[in-house]
Amino acid sequence: MLSKNQARLFFIGGTIVTFSIFLGLSWHTLSTEVPKKTNSQKITKTVVSGKALWESNNCMGCHSIFGEGAYYAPELTKVIERRGEGFVKAVLMSKTPWSPRGRKMVAYGFSEEEANNLVEFFKWCGEADLNGFPAKPPYKAESNH
Amino acid sequence: MKYKSQKIAYWFFALSMLLLSLQLIYGFIMGFAHMGYDGLHSIFPFNTARAVHTNLLVMWLLSGFMGAAYYIIPEEAENELVNVKLAYVQLISFALVGVVAIIGYHFNYWEGRKFLEIPRPLDWLVVVNVLTFLGLILMTLFKGKKRTTTSLVLTMGLVFAALLYLPGMIWFDNQTMDSFFRWWVVHLWVEGVWELIMGGILAFLLIKITGVDREVIEKWLYVIVGLTFISGILGTGHHYYFIGTPKYWLTIGGIFSALEPLAFLGMALFAVYMYRKGEKKHPNKTALNWTLGTAIVSFVGAGLLGLAHTLPQVNLYTHGTLVTAMHGHLAFWGAYAMIVLAVISYALPNLTGRKLYDTPRGMYAFWLSNIGMLGMTVAFGVAGVAQVYMERIMGVEFGVVQKEIQVHFFVLICCATLFTIGIALYILEFIRHGKPNDEAIINNNNI
Repeated sequence: MLSKNQARLFFIGGTIVTFSIFLGLSWHTLSTEVPKKTNSQKITKTVVSGKALWESNNCMGCHSIFGEGAYYAPELTKVIERRGEGFVKAVLMSKTPWSPRGRKMVAYGFSEEEANNLVEFFKWCGEADLNGFPAKPPYKAESNH
Repeated sequence: MKYKSQKIAYWFFALSMLLLSLQLIYGFIMGFAHMGYDGLHSIFPFNTARAVHTNLLVMWLLSGFMGAAYYIIPEEAENELVNVKLAYVQLISFALVGVVAIIGYHFNYWEGRKFLEIPRPLDWLVVVNVLTFLGLILMTLFKGKKRTTTSLVLTMGLVFAALLYLPGMIWFDNQTMDSFFRWWVVHLWVEGVWELIMGGILAFLLIKITGVDREVIEKWLYVIVGLTFISGILGTGHHYYFIGTPKYWLTIGGIFSALEPLAFLGMALFAVYMYRKGEKKHPNKTALNWTLGTAIVSFVGAGLLGLAHTLPQVNLYTHGTLVTAMHGHLAFWGAYAMIVLAVISYALPNLTGRKLYDTPRGMYAFWLSNIGMLGMTVAFGVAGVAQVYMERIMGVEFGVVQKEIQVHFFVLICCATLFTIGIALYILEFIRHGKPNDEAIINNNNI
């Protein structure tokens, strides 16, 4: 049977090998692949301000982006493609609570500029190559209204 | 207990219990909101409740881990804690930072990055706090007579956990980069170094409870934490499927996360085998229940239910749905909540001298909370699978689907009530033990 020293070697060796592979792949991902897949040249000041608003209001506490966040409100990666810019801006600038199908959203009452920043952030998100996420549903339901 | 300074552990455990009870309240707010009753929206909007719920979880678990370390390290190193006063300062500052963060969330003072909502200035206070804690633990270990594998694995887990907090503090303009490093904290914590902490505590408890030879237990501890890292580090890939990273993560994440249950299976077999092998039967049956329970439930919750949606073909549809909440609840409960409750159940009689080893209340606390959590997991699972099929496969709009699955949250809330009764009984038992005192010091090595 395995001795304690061999067990320790298995732990330390395994950790070093897998962690080195992880670091190498992370380096490759971050230095060459992510800029290509996410069009990093398109991250303008407006997109960055939009992201800052997204974070400072904890939008991820209800919604998800890239599938990450909470499951209380819709996924927003492709929200501009799905709803159009005007609709999204109207919701963001609304001064009264927005409650589609009874589920309430905080009335943030963003200024026109802030709403624009967020829309630019969503547009950038929508153009990122996410390896096929969100997948188009194979069927199309008829009862959406 | 054998050393006076171990008493500090009690206060960390007490803080833990307080934060856990608050976490439950916010959980109910969210459960009701999902069911269509969000009457508190104007005071606690969902995102506030959510940030508080998850951050309280992290805080009470960390408080429990720190308490465990303050209890275990002096005993394993055979030395008093080097500076007890500083440990109390660390406790109070930890509680303060936490309270400020939690209150801040109610006033839009946060950073909306799931699990890492603590704002940057407070992050630095967390770093100072954790460094103080680690300094105390490491100095105690360094000055102690013994350096056991159990204490080394536990300490290594705590040191890595602190180091891995740092990548979460870097600001990125690119959402993908942001997410990439956020998982260095979140995933490498819960599916990496926290398992070291869990393994360390589990080994300590098994040594004490089963009386099996330390050499045997620690050998298997190495194998298990080895399996954890080998599968868990590259298993981070399962968070890199759909966030703007290359396709090779689909393969790597898929393969390595399929191996992740092995570490948990190892942990479960290990605990049960050691229990059977143990000739000594420790009278603290409550602690034994929680110890075996954590090993088994973590295998189901973290291992199997993780595997249920971690393959990329499945995850493409389940990513960002209630299926994740289903796995998340049983995984955190089994792996981390239960290990903290196990170590508290073991340490409490030794700290206070009141040997409430095998009370009906302790038993009901164990069974009700476990049955309740299992029920909640099923409710989340049913709601989640229904959501995936309707929204992601049939293409029904998000809001319509949410209306359809509201009813499952009724069952969720019923099960959450059972769970809460269990936890309430546990906390009552905690209070009934009274305060720690010096008379509880014993020289018997085996208790």
